[in-house]
Amino acid sequence: MNTTKEKLIKLLFAAAAFSSLALLAGIIIVLFREALPVFSFVSPLAFLGGESWYPTAEPPEFGVWPLIAASAWVTGIALVICVPLGVGSALYLHELAGPRQRAALKPVIEVLASIPSIIYGFFGMTVMAPFMQEAFGLPIGLCALTAGVILGVMATPTVASIAEDALGYVPRSFREASFALGANRWETLVKVIVPAAGSGISTAVILGMSRAIGETMTVLMVAGGAAVVPSSVFDPVRPMTAAIAAEMGEAAVGGEHYHALFAIALALFLVTFVFNIAAELISRRYRLKLGLAR
Amino acid sequence: MLSTAIENPEARPPSGPVTVNAGSTAEGETTGFEPKMSARGVNFYYGPKRALKDISLDLPPRMVTAIIGPSGCGKSTFIRLLNRMNDLVPDARLEGEILLDGFDINRPACDAADLRKRVGMVFQKPNPFPKTIFENVAYGPEVNGLRDRLALEERVENSLRRAALWDEVKDRLRESALGLSGGQQQRLCIARCLAVEPEVLLFDEPCASLDPISTAKIEELILDLRRQYTIAIVTHNMQQAARVSDRTAFFLMGEIIEVGPTGRIFKAPRDRRTEDYITGRFG
Repeated sequence: MNTTKEKLIKLLFAAAAFSSLALLAGIIIVLFREALPVFSFVSPLAFLGGESWYPTAEPPEFGVWPLIAASAWVTGIALVICVPLGVGSALYLHELAGPRQRAALKPVIEVLASIPSIIYGFFGMTVMAPFMQEAFGLPIGLCALTAGVILGVMATPTVASIAEDALGYVPRSFREASFALGANRWETLVKVIVPAAGSGISTAVILGMSRAIGETMTVLMVAGGAAVVPSSVFDPVRPMTAAIAAEMGEAAVGGEHYHALFAIALALFLVTFVFNIAAELISRRYRLKLGLAR
Repeated sequence: MLSTAIENPEARPPSGPVTVNAGSTAEGETTGFEPKMSARGVNFYYGPKRALKDISLDLPPRMVTAIIGPSGCGKSTFIRLLNRMNDLVPDARLEGEILLDGFDINRPACDAADLRKRVGMVFQKPNPFPKTIFENVAYGPEVNGLRDRLALEERVENSLRRAALWDEVKDRLRESALGLSGGQQQRLCIARCLAVEPEVLLFDEPCASLDPISTAKIEELILDLRRQYTIAIVTHNMQQAARVSDRTAFFLMGEIIEVGPTGRIFKAPRDRRTEDYITGRFG
């Protein structure tokens, strides 16, 4: 009697738990099914390496290199911003701030993470872009640099909070051992705490990167939108996510453009997937290294 | 009496400006030595809680002083005051003096890092850094400014030899210290401590997480190190105190109940509570 009920409940929860697995499988299947036909009208090399993205021209050209390059540039700029900001704030919060400062700063950083990306985009368009235009004398402020800076700010909370967790995993005994050997706070931080948290901090950076490369709304609004291989950070660009978001609405279902956009999505999915697996592997090795149970 | 009792004249500690009660402990029991370290009227508070009450205790040079007592009696708190590890504890407050060679270690001019170079500490749980064996031992000398590669290698080897670990690790110095067994890790921590060339060694329950064979090795090591260093060891293991120490102090609820030569404390305790504790009636 009771056991039947228990079994049923167990089954329900199992279904909930396994549904994400099923969803992931479904997404992967759809991505591949809709993406692979692209190679019937363009070779993989011409698709990934082609420098012209004219999907609606006659005849259309499906070279996604400008989009990949745009994503890489924007993500690279974002990293330059979010790594020092994120790791710096994690170090400050964890090592130097007093309990009162930490109690005030930590929620602020978390709020930064919870702001919808459209607001960042809006801020980028109305404040950041005019500022860039003014500061660097650009014809238009919507460019790779603007998008990268905004993405960097958006990824900072991710990096900060994961890096801070990583620092928190470093056992207190390492710190005590270092102090007991006559090391000061700075030496302890640089020579013991940060190396011990090193792979955890790398995980934070990879996840921040993954966050930046997948972000859509902001880049759609502030990157400028030109599908041209950028030659400077001041060029307007069209990252992969922005291309999909902007063009999917006008691509005929089942058409060549449609499949090409799916292929971009697949590439994006694979990149973030690899990033996340790498982050997981590194953090696992890291916890092992610190002698923590998994 | 003082000079005849010291085997090695170089060992005599320089006399400081603070007049220490040379040759006697708070209890008035003669040790025959000017203390290397001594606590004078120490009270210690964690917030409003008084963890140590009016502690006065001497660490005679080149002797092992054991600090025994039940859990929570303040013995670890006390030993951590001797190298100012409790500086890291927020809301803690110290009253009284702790002297090293007659100088107050808490005076403003005394830098905690410099003090800790002279007063090393080995912790309850082995805590090697997640670095190689070599790097672990070299860490202390390096942060203290030893850069010369050869000198550093020599220092590492000597320290590992002194900690009776060299033969076991000499072929794997570049491997992670975390691959060592618990007992080896603890001896590595001792080697790491010796590499800074301290004068005083503090052991905070060094065998608490070790098996009997590793424990025996550490005890043997402590008996050997006694010839060169002033040692204090906190332990809840009374047999250990009896085996390794020259003098024993019994702590109970933040107070010193009794202190004296180890043999005397164990054979003829003067206080009823000491007797109850060492005969296992509580603790």
